[in-house]
Parts: sequence; structure tokens; C-alpha cells
Amino acid sequence: MILQAIAFWILAGVAVSAAFMVVAARNPVRSVMWLILTFFTTAGLFVLIGAEFLAMLLVVVYVGAVAVLFLFVVMMLDVDFVELKQGFLQYMPVGALIALIMLAEMAFVGASWAASRGEAAAQPPAIPVSASNIEAIGAVLYTEYVYFFQAAGMVLLVAMIGAIVLTLRHREGVKRQDIGKQVGRKRDEAVELVDIEQGEGIG
Amino acid sequence: MIGLAHYLTLAAILFTIGVFGIFTNRKNVIIILMSIELLLLAVNINLVAFSVYLGEIAGQIFAMFVLTVAAAEAAVGLAVLVVYFRNRGDIAVEDINLMKG
Repeated sequence: MILQAIAFWILAGVAVSAAFMVVAARNPVRSVMWLILTFFTTAGLFVLIGAEFLAMLLVVVYVGAVAVLFLFVVMMLDVDFVELKQGFLQYMPVGALIALIMLAEMAFVGASWAASRGEAAAQPPAIPVSASNIEAIGAVLYTEYVYFFQAAGMVLLVAMIGAIVLTLRHREGVKRQDIGKQVGRKRDEAVELVDIEQGEGIG
Repeated sequence: MIGLAHYLTLAAILFTIGVFGIFTNRKNVIIILMSIELLLLAVNINLVAFSVYLGEIAGQIFAMFVLTVAAAEAAVGLAVLVVYFRNRGDIAVEDINLMKG
């Protein structure tokens, strides 16, 4: 139990400081690296709390796909990132103020919740140990939540098509193969018969 | 003893950092998108923590769907960003006025 507490504090500390570095880092590439660290430590926290499947998903989806996508885009854009960071100190006070207000609100809600009915919920995890986490998720995901599952698939499909449609561009002056045009070609437009006088060229 | 309150506090702190990031990086859309990812991550921590401590697996299912939406949002957001950069040669959020809204 004490080992669990130590692991939680280490992971939570790393997650919070890495998350802060995400918003404070000067270079966006480093921001992405800190974001990856945040996701990794959060995955560790999920393992700690007993949600192994979500932890695996976090590593695969976030670190494997989303973070790499961010990295691609950051490196693709040729932007002067130092200049983009200029307003940081200017916006710091209002940003910090709003963030603190939100934190205070959440702390207030959490404290009142803990005071009213937190005692019952703060007991050790109640999920039976017999069924593994993945088994428990699979048992309801494909039965009770199958329509939501399908809808999530549709969301991903629409996002994929949307991203392709947004970024696809047809450049002018690029010769492409047009199969329909090739097949629909007639003899008249392909062959030209010219009468040439003896001893003269065509043009 | 690590309880539910610890995880909720961690999620609240992460959420706050995300909001802070959105406000302080007014010029850089990429960091704003990353801050949104942080917000969604904080929500996920909340969902998973409640799911485990209340013994109800539905929270983890919801967290999965939040993850899906976050991935879709990142893909579309970055695509919009790339198109915007192509048109303007810049990604400064403050100067976004192409739609004259």
C-alpha cells in the first residue's frame, strides 16, 4: 500500500510538471515531447488505479498517433516559433487568474462533495478481481454500448474524410492519368492525316 | 492511502494547466490544441477514477469515447491548421480574420 502511494505521488508529480512544461516550453517540438511524457505518466496512473485497457489505449492512441501527428505538423510548418511566444508574459496574469478561479471552483465542488457523500465512495475499489479489466470492458462495450461504439467509428471516419478533404489540393500544371479520358478517346482526335508534297516537310 | 480525492485533485490541476495554456499561448494554435488535449486527459482521469472507485465500468467506456473524439478533433484541427498556414503563411491566432466575423 505504501508502494502504491509512492508510485502515485511520483507519477502525479511528473504528470503535473510535464503538463506545465507543455504550455510553458518555448519550442513546440519540446511541447509535444512533454505532452508525450504527460500521457505516459497518466497511463501509469491508470495502471495503478486498475484501468489497464485505458492505459494501453492511451499509449497506443495518444503517444502512437496523436502525438506523432502533432510532431509532423509542428515540423512541417515553417514558422518562427520564438516570435509566437512573445505574448506569454502579457497574457500570463489574466490566464493565471482564470485558471485559479477554475481551480478554486473545482476545489469547492470537490470539497462539498467529499463532505456530503465522499466517505462511502472513498473506499477501496469495488470491481471484482476475478474478471480482468479488458474482459469487463468488452462485456459491456459490444452489448450495452454497441451503438455508441458504432457512432465512435462514424466520428473517426468523418474526421478522417474531413482531414483528407481539407488538406487535399490539386496543383495546376501537373500531368495526371485520366483513365476515362484515355478510354473515351476516338480515332478522329488521336490521328491526323496530312497530305505532304513530294520533297517538302510538314511544316 | 491514495483515494478518489487524490485522483480528482490531480485531474483538477491538469485541467487548470490546460486552461492556463489556452490563455497564455494566444498566438500559437498548436499549443492551444495541445492544451485542449490536456483538458480532455484531465476529464479522462476523472471518469476513470470515478469508474474504479464507484465500481461501475461505464466510466471507462465513456473515457474511451472521449479518447476517440479527442483523436478526431486533433486530426481535423491540425488539418485546418495546415490549410490556414498554406493560405496565410502564418499561424498567429490573433490575426485570424479571414471570415470577417
